[in-house]
Amino acid sequence: MNFEFSEEQELLREQARGFLTEHCPPTAVRAVLEGEADYDDALWQKIVEMGWTATVIPEEFGGLGLSYLELVVIAEELGRSVAPVPFSSSVYLATEALMACGSQAQKEKWLPLLAAGEAIGTFALAEGNGRPSVKSLTTRMGEAGLSGRKLPVADGRGADFAIVVGASDAGDGASWYLVELDQDAVSREAVRTLDFSRGHAVMEFNNARAELLGGEGAGWGATERLLDRAAVLFAWEQVGLADAAMIQARDYAMGRYAFGRAIASYQAIKHKLANMYVKNTLARSNCYYGAWALNTDSAELPLAAATARVGAIKAAVFAAEENVQTHGGMGFTWEFDCQFYYRRAKLLGVNVGSEGYWQDRLITAYEQNNAA
Amino acid sequence: MDFNDTQEEAAFRAEAASWLKANVPTADELEGLDDIAAAKLWQKRKYDAGWACIRWEKKYGGREATAIEQVIWNQEEAKFNTPGGVFVIGQGMAAPTLMTWGKPEHHERFLPKLASGEEIWCQLFSEPAGGSDLAALRTKAERDGDDWVINGQKIWTSGAHYSDYGILVVRTDPNVAKHKGLSYFFLDMKSPGVEIKPIKQLTGGANFNEVYFTDVRIPDSQRLGEVGQGWQVALTTLMNERAAIGGGGAGVNVDVAYRIASEVMIDDKPAIEDSAVRAKLADWYVQESGLRFTGYRSMTAMSRGEIPGPENSIGKLVGAPKTQEMASFCMDLLEMSGAIWDENLSKEAGLLQLTYMGAPGGRIAGGTDEIMANIIAERVLGMPQEPRMDKGMSFNEVPTGSN
Repeated sequence: MNFEFSEEQELLREQARGFLTEHCPPTAVRAVLEGEADYDDALWQKIVEMGWTATVIPEEFGGLGLSYLELVVIAEELGRSVAPVPFSSSVYLATEALMACGSQAQKEKWLPLLAAGEAIGTFALAEGNGRPSVKSLTTRMGEAGLSGRKLPVADGRGADFAIVVGASDAGDGASWYLVELDQDAVSREAVRTLDFSRGHAVMEFNNARAELLGGEGAGWGATERLLDRAAVLFAWEQVGLADAAMIQARDYAMGRYAFGRAIASYQAIKHKLANMYVKNTLARSNCYYGAWALNTDSAELPLAAATARVGAIKAAVFAAEENVQTHGGMGFTWEFDCQFYYRRAKLLGVNVGSEGYWQDRLITAYEQNNAA
Repeated sequence: MDFNDTQEEAAFRAEAASWLKANVPTADELEGLDDIAAAKLWQKRKYDAGWACIRWEKKYGGREATAIEQVIWNQEEAKFNTPGGVFVIGQGMAAPTLMTWGKPEHHERFLPKLASGEEIWCQLFSEPAGGSDLAALRTKAERDGDDWVINGQKIWTSGAHYSDYGILVVRTDPNVAKHKGLSYFFLDMKSPGVEIKPIKQLTGGANFNEVYFTDVRIPDSQRLGEVGQGWQVALTTLMNERAAIGGGGAGVNVDVAYRIASEVMIDDKPAIEDSAVRAKLADWYVQESGLRFTGYRSMTAMSRGEIPGPENSIGKLVGAPKTQEMASFCMDLLEMSGAIWDENLSKEAGLLQLTYMGAPGGRIAGGTDEIMANIIAERVLGMPQEPRMDKGMSFNEVPTGSN
């Protein structure tokens, strides 16, 4: 047993942090937040050059063939820097979906493009308010093509293709469709979310050209398995964000004086920070478990993923909220950067399922583990 | 990162498991023994076979095991219901302090008997005037030839009434600042002038005591560290205390709560089908799992030679309130019957009620929740201390509420 990253992985972390400090400073996040673009294209191109989009893609498909332990290190640093790029949609979701269910031809076509950053993919599941379920799916494949409406779809406007979850009369009641988005039968409109630094869209399909990805009627099981994998990777981003928000709060409290002393010396503030540290540490340790389960394709992945995800949601949201409070009135201004964490933490907290969804999945997985 | 055993670890685990299977005392063997006798029997059996304090040097009864092997041993021993508990202070706190600050003759004399469980130790730190502010303690020691003469009072001393030795912090110089005037000793609890009075707790039990010292003589050879260095020595003990008390999944844990939630009904359906119940259990599972893996991470760090740091305070800060919340929640699931505390009538033979009544103690012993949070903020995050009114004063000038 060994519960640490290797020296090479720590080196990668250092390199990633240095890279993002240079190329993704708060001003870069703010530029996307205040501008029209869905993401920072210059930063995205540099990330592609670093090879991060190719991390876990096998070499035969143009990837680096590294492990998920490398990918989670990158995820943590992207979360820490609140990077305004479509990494999670393209890497944690679209790439994973293709690797899990793509035919040889589909993998040969898309994985090299994803690895080289020449294509951006996304995953379209939600169809509006409420928890997605097989029964609630209205998007469906007809004689003339795929029709339906998905919202919100992260990076929906920037993506070249989407993996769309549609209803099916066969099997588990759902199928996956790979849809190239540059066609007249697909419309994409920007939808505003609470984090303007990450583009989202409402996507409409009107008899769109689409091909099956994976088996007919195998889409719901595939969705749950995909979400398990993505949950671990999202959780690492959340842990990185939580750590950054905690450090910002600590540093501000050390420099801010009230009643003649640093507010960091008041126990009310110290205990707030200690709570952040505790939540972050537990979340991080659970994320180790998730990373290991993901990397080894362990039967414990559903439990490990839900555990990592629930802890990370709590840690990130708490750190982001209390970071604003620690800053007082200044934290509530547009000018201060506290808002980046506050927005992103909540966005990440619902992106691949809410805390309530993952709490329920956790207990289900616990029951299945005990039964096994 | 690898959560699976290596080949050597798997072999170690198999060896530990098979020894445990063959040697854990049966109910018949323990019949008629009190808790201490039962714990001593089990400890001696482990010692004789080389399974006591396994990380210690072989010459003191250990087997020089790695930190990871300690994790494996703990996992395997936890699969059995074994007697124990009374050695935590001696083995977990006094021994590391002796190893760090004691002389070779101390090691040879005391460590083997700590490992074998033949001698039990207690901790004489807290005083009526010094709890969270431990360095405010007043029990004084005055030099007399080769001895020190101790007068004063300690409080909250767990197990003083059955302990053979105690570790003790006293004031040797009231004319300097409070942290600078302390010294650290260990003493024979049977020394003349030591008087022990049990304190009845809100649980109804009496596990801890007041200990009075009247002209108790301790030889200078039982001093650990220099005169005036007692605070530094005490910190060694306290860091190990927080690691030793830890967060534990013992008592009411997710497995117990799940069992209860599966058995009792809400609106004629098992409570575990209720989404609010599932959410609660999930959160506690996340805490238990997070503490377990945080512990493993710190073990990995230790096996690379790092010393356990203040981050170990997390175990108690999370674990103690969690235990209280879980016991409380499970009693709520029982509705009106949650109040019943009866071995035959209560679920889990009254474990919930026992845990709930004991839980406040867990949140105080070894540093209150608030002190733990201060330690994390100050020593891990580097935040400044609250201003102290006693800073720069000699101890005898420090204001108190009692005079």
